Amino acid sequence: MPKRFVSIWFRYLRTDWFSRRQPDLAKAPFVLALPDHGRMIVTAANPLAKKEGITIGTAVADARAIFPSLQVLDDKPELSNKLLTGIAEWCIRFTPAVAIDAPPQDGLTLDVSGCAHLWGGEKNYLNEIVKRLKHFGYDVHAAMADTIGAAWAVARFSHDDIIEQGQQTKALLSLPPAALRIDADTIERLEKLGLRQINNFISMPRPALRRRFGPQLLKRLDQALGHAEEWIEPVQPIEPFQERLPCLEPIVTATGIEIALQQLLDTICKRLQQEEKGLRSSVFKCYRVDGKMEKIEIGTNHPSCNNKHLFKLFEIKIATIEPALGIELFVLEAPKVEDLPPSQEKLWGNSDGLDDISLSELLDRIAGKIGAANIHRYVPDEHYWPERSFKPAVSIHEKLQTDWKVERPRPLQLLSKPEPIDVTAPIPDYPPMSFRYKGKLHKILKADGPERIEQEWWLQQGQHRDYYCVEDEEGCRYWLFRSGHYDAERTYQWFIHGFFA
Amino acid sequence: MTGTKAHIIAQLQKDILPLQGFRPILNNSAIDTGLGLIKNAFPNSSFPLGAVHEFISAAPEDAAATTGFVSGILASLMRKSGACIWISAHRTIFPPALRPFGIAADKIIFIELKKEKEILWAMEEALKCAGLSAVIGEMQELSFTASRRLQLAVEQSKVTGFVLRNNPRSINTTACVTRWKITSLPGELADGMPGVGFPHWNVDLLKVRNGKPGTWQIAYAAGRFRHSAKLTPILHQQKKTG
Repeated sequence: MPKRFVSIWFRYLRTDWFSRRQPDLAKAPFVLALPDHGRMIVTAANPLAKKEGITIGTAVADARAIFPSLQVLDDKPELSNKLLTGIAEWCIRFTPAVAIDAPPQDGLTLDVSGCAHLWGGEKNYLNEIVKRLKHFGYDVHAAMADTIGAAWAVARFSHDDIIEQGQQTKALLSLPPAALRIDADTIERLEKLGLRQINNFISMPRPALRRRFGPQLLKRLDQALGHAEEWIEPVQPIEPFQERLPCLEPIVTATGIEIALQQLLDTICKRLQQEEKGLRSSVFKCYRVDGKMEKIEIGTNHPSCNNKHLFKLFEIKIATIEPALGIELFVLEAPKVEDLPPSQEKLWGNSDGLDDISLSELLDRIAGKIGAANIHRYVPDEHYWPERSFKPAVSIHEKLQTDWKVERPRPLQLLSKPEPIDVTAPIPDYPPMSFRYKGKLHKILKADGPERIEQEWWLQQGQHRDYYCVEDEEGCRYWLFRSGHYDAERTYQWFIHGFFA
Repeated sequence: MTGTKAHIIAQLQKDILPLQGFRPILNNSAIDTGLGLIKNAFPNSSFPLGAVHEFISAAPEDAAATTGFVSGILASLMRKSGACIWISAHRTIFPPALRPFGIAADKIIFIELKKEKEILWAMEEALKCAGLSAVIGEMQELSFTASRRLQLAVEQSKVTGFVLRNNPRSINTTACVTRWKITSLPGELADGMPGVGFPHWNVDLLKVRNGKPGTWQIAYAAGRFRHSAKLTPILHQQKKTG
């Protein structure tokens, strides 16, 4: 499909906006001004003021000399960007890819490849855009061409609007060098040399042009002529995997929403399957009649293009959608997509079980209902300190860096926080004789230890722990420790930290 | 003569089991849970897989002993296939301690849920997932209806479920295949040896469908269950009750 671009130039963007707000202003010349080095400089002038000879960059005092009853308003420097963003988002009705031009020039660039036929041809399409914008009160000139550069140049420096396919070179020949989007210095140098039109230098040898005017001129020339690629940066990035479903009548029932979701999932999953991809996260957006938007999101552990599974994940959350007066547009997006090569049956060697698709689908369901924060998998960490000897895994497929340690016995049940206990223990380093935990006295018959675990000073300051594995008269086993040395100030303390099997 | 008699009785028992509604799972014999003599308590002398087992414990010490015993069985299940899901209100398990029981803790997915209702829902969903080797759920209460739902789920998927009930208010009737109670016993050590010895438990099989309940004393050493030789535990029990 051949590329086509539309460039829209707003001649008087900010003054038009002021005239829209205060219609009385439009009847007389007025300018917008900003202080610069202690004097007021005109930054925008309306068409009437321009007719009087007031141009951008003149001092307000000079402008008043030309036209004494000139109205001067304070300019808002951020206004242009704000207005253009708003208009660009409005223009998404014409094409999904709309970009704002580089700051000093007020304009928009639209990638309209394959859009014009929907409005019955390029002429109608362009007229529609211009008509709607003029209706808002903006004085615009729009042009359509094969390249961004050519459309930009024609919109600003020519009275044409549609440049037929492949005709951009011819259209550019009679335009001044400023139409090439080059800096002021280069334009001045070209003018000095008498190169006032593009056809004056377009046939010059390229090395000569590069040497005299720098590489930028050649790059811009190539972009305008279509020899070099150029991209636009859309104001709303286009999701590569997005499906829309407009509704004739607003939808208010849960059944209706389910049917819409099912249809969108079917199409998106078919597309994903063809491209051998699976989605990791997905957003279902419902645009309501009253202009608000409701959305539900899901995530998966494993790339998936299984529409039944994805529907189940969404199904749990459908109840949270408030249709109010009705939903007129459903959009399903897949912002995060990963490659999903077709799986191959394994003949030998059983997997470790975590690759199982049914497991990741189960976890998605649980995460969807209860929250992914409640699901953990642990991998060993290189620390002796018990609380730090394992860490939550980043993903279900994370491989082990080190193996689980088995040198020393560890209790199967560990208290999340060691609890203080009263202990009778002979010094210096013998295991306790008895301890009291939760009001019950445990007499110790057998014991093992001590095992000293030092604080990791690079992580945390504090006292070391001397661990003992003890067994009471009933055969229950506990993991006790004393933090710190025995000393006169009695800074040491005994704790219970776990239960052995 | 006695040999043939025993043979006839064994054959008759086998014939009676299907009449009592017992349906064995095909791959049952493929997994050896290493339970030794306890196996004789089960129908067809094999640990019932694809069923829900219930474990009762009163104190945190008993809960630790129960998790130890379950871990021993779990290891043999996980060796053969798949991952395992462990659902509880708060995770009390210390993952590195599972390694001596032959379990790689990184193959267990821990799910922490606050409400009992959510735990039951998650456990039922997990038991329906055929890709798992086992599902363990820690909860306090298990109503008959809930246990029935769990049992129906495993009948489809053939996953083994373990319900660990810590400090239940009442020991009610459930649809679980077995009910166990594991308590700690003093470790067995050769005279004069220091230390605490291997884990040693009193295994009480309170209920088993189509089988014979009983009591055993077993230790867990070097990666497998061992029946203890001494009769001390019986004395110990008398002391406890008396």
